Amino acid sequence: MSKRNPDYENSKWQHFAKWCTGDYDPLEGKMEIKKPAKSNNGNSFAVLMRKMWFDKVDQYELGQNKNLSLFNKAYIGISIILGIFLTILLLVTVSYLPEFGNANAPENNEVAKRYIEKGLEETGAENIVAGMILDYRAFDTFGESCVLFVAACCVLMLLKSDKPEVSDTYYEPGRSAILRPAARILVPTIIIFGIYVVLNGHISPGGGFSGGAIIGSGFILYLTAFGFERAGSFLSERFIKIITVLALTFYCFAKSYSFYTGANHLESVITTGTPGAILSAGLIVYLNICVGIVVACTMYSFYVAFRRGSF
Amino acid sequence: MTFVQNFPFFCIIISMFSAIISFILNGKWAKIVHYTMVAAVFVMSVGCLLYTHEANISYTYMMGHYPAPWGNEIRIGELECLMAASFSLIMILSVMGGSYHIKLDIEKSKMNLFFIQLDLMMAALLALIYTNDLFTAYVFIEICTIAACGLIMARKIGRVYVSAIKYMVMSLVGSGLFLIGLSLLYAITGQLLMSPAKEAMQRILAEGIYAIPSAVIMVLLTVGLGIKSGLYPFHTWIPDAYGYSTTAASAILSSLVSKGYIFLLIKLIVRVLPYNSVPGGQMENVLFFFGVIGMIIGSVDAIQERNIRRMISYSSVAQIGYIYMGIGLGTDAGIIAALFHVISHGLMKALLFISATGLIDSSDGRLDRKGITGAGFRNKIAAVGFTVGSLSMIGMPLFTGFVSKFMFASAATQAPVYKMIIAWTALAISTVLNAVYFMRTVIVIYTRKNEATPVVSDDSPAKSSSEEASSEDKDNFRNRYIFENAATIGLAALNIALGTLSPFVINILTGGLAIFG
Repeated sequence: MSKRNPDYENSKWQHFAKWCTGDYDPLEGKMEIKKPAKSNNGNSFAVLMRKMWFDKVDQYELGQNKNLSLFNKAYIGISIILGIFLTILLLVTVSYLPEFGNANAPENNEVAKRYIEKGLEETGAENIVAGMILDYRAFDTFGESCVLFVAACCVLMLLKSDKPEVSDTYYEPGRSAILRPAARILVPTIIIFGIYVVLNGHISPGGGFSGGAIIGSGFILYLTAFGFERAGSFLSERFIKIITVLALTFYCFAKSYSFYTGANHLESVITTGTPGAILSAGLIVYLNICVGIVVACTMYSFYVAFRRGSF
Repeated sequence: MTFVQNFPFFCIIISMFSAIISFILNGKWAKIVHYTMVAAVFVMSVGCLLYTHEANISYTYMMGHYPAPWGNEIRIGELECLMAASFSLIMILSVMGGSYHIKLDIEKSKMNLFFIQLDLMMAALLALIYTNDLFTAYVFIEICTIAACGLIMARKIGRVYVSAIKYMVMSLVGSGLFLIGLSLLYAITGQLLMSPAKEAMQRILAEGIYAIPSAVIMVLLTVGLGIKSGLYPFHTWIPDAYGYSTTAASAILSSLVSKGYIFLLIKLIVRVLPYNSVPGGQMENVLFFFGVIGMIIGSVDAIQERNIRRMISYSSVAQIGYIYMGIGLGTDAGIIAALFHVISHGLMKALLFISATGLIDSSDGRLDRKGITGAGFRNKIAAVGFTVGSLSMIGMPLFTGFVSKFMFASAATQAPVYKMIIAWTALAISTVLNAVYFMRTVIVIYTRKNEATPVVSDDSPAKSSSEEASSEDKDNFRNRYIFENAATIGLAALNIALGTLSPFVINILTGGLAIFG
């Protein structure tokens, strides 16, 4: 064919065929070309600073990269304009909303009224918030614990490495004169306070999420003060996995039972008990414990994963 | 209440429970649990679909002992059941189709974590489909976002981290806007459940108060979900996120995750905040125009792209544009067309991603178009799958893509004249552009290497070695890719089935939408 058309390489058909098969020079237009560094004999501080300062700018100053630089500037400009616009829009909107604390505001309707007036009677929890999140709207809270669970799985997936950093002891404080004695007193106090907050979640302000966070921070303090060897003796990966799974499984089954009986209008064996007693309010106290375990374990394993990549 | 009515609730709970239990299982068992769970979800959704279709009802299901405005509830009709059934079907086929690459890309000790993400993704999608509660929707959007990030970064290569970060930033902006919209909606209605919120909204609009907040809410909710599903100006994360992650993840992200958000948006439009009810609300026109622009720009980008998986991802931008164009028409017919396209695009895109991976594998892992020259002779089933997917995308009759395009075109006739003309023009141009990049790829994969590119014949050593390897691999492909081939054949068959038997599905969609509100 090339005999007939000596200029075959540049013919239209050849261009089309090339485009069709994706024949191309892989470096064309794809490589960022850096200017070769100017040979500077003077090694003074000012030259060094100037080099550091302009190095970044120089890459984009070449003709090929002009579009990129223009795009970056436009991008920053548009983002600022968009941000300002959104801020103003939301501020203006808020000024049209009902006043905060207004008794006639739309959110003070029959929904809130029943939570406040009948909450104690129906859920057995003196803490109305606990009654709301663990009984009235328990499905949402189950979803929230699953959010924590999936976040922990994501972090583990990202950071877990099969060979943990062996020389991690370098970061351990050793025999710190302040940290260890303080931790000896603080850790039990923090953990006991956390357990109190979890167990009293249905009576006083608190509950699984806040109590679990307190317990988790106690664990982290213990780990920081005494090192992996001692913490790992009871907070091993296996242990954490098993209690997390047990807590979530219990939550799942208990709430499934309650949803199933509720939706099918069956009689439930769960009773509210005496309001104010520690074992009252039906499932709420157990669910609080489950949420507390999940939160504490998630916090602790986040810390461990970020520090060492493995237990 | 009959026993069948519990099925959607069982579906959500078993998918969450299988995620929990997979935490202490090893990868192999987690996989088995996942397959069993999705199959069970599919069977139960079909059962529930048959029941609701027979009875033609839409019922609410209390999640707990407290009725609607106080407790959570889910709502089930034939539309929701159809979506759940098709989503679970696409899910199981996508995971099957990507099973070899899951083994390849993910470390053994993290395999169970990957399946946890998949299980929770299924749970979140089901919850988004069924929920009748705005805050439950938000919680499960969160799960969906985090699980999607996990799926993207499961493959351990550098680019994946960049794309996961891009996805996370964009997606969280979307979640944030959605949450702000939700809080504003709660501030003016005082309700979190959809049906009471709709009543409160109608009262507010009738009295003519809170006009500006309602318009802002509409914008925030729509834009939030638009960003998360990759509507045109917010589509920049799509090619990276779909192009570099593992095959199963790309297939699931493009065909299911963004569709879950779109379904939620349609639900909000129908159940809570009809676009035409808010004074001065031009949101449907905005969606229409951005959808149309997305249809064109996505295809143009796809034509310029050399990496075949990124090309398919850009085509997703265009297809999302189709769906938003359908919603933007502002008619019921438009929404039905959009819903049909949600299913049909899911089938097409999963098929394309899986078969493209098959083609790439048979070409020494080369991703560009030149690299896969002649792949059709090396991996026949994947090539047939890719051809079917491409023809379907272009809109050949007998394939499901044709039915969607036909439905969009006929839905446009009921819209205002200017919209009709724009929609038809955009459909025509987009079809031609689709044909350009898909047919070009099909031609390339069915071109023998030495014939198409005389330039290549110079470097004969490289060619001969790759051909030797491919002949060795030939038997391996058969054995190694049993799941892939089964999934490809299954998805191709479903494409043709949905294309030829579409009246049944359209019938369910029409009936379902009528009782959806």
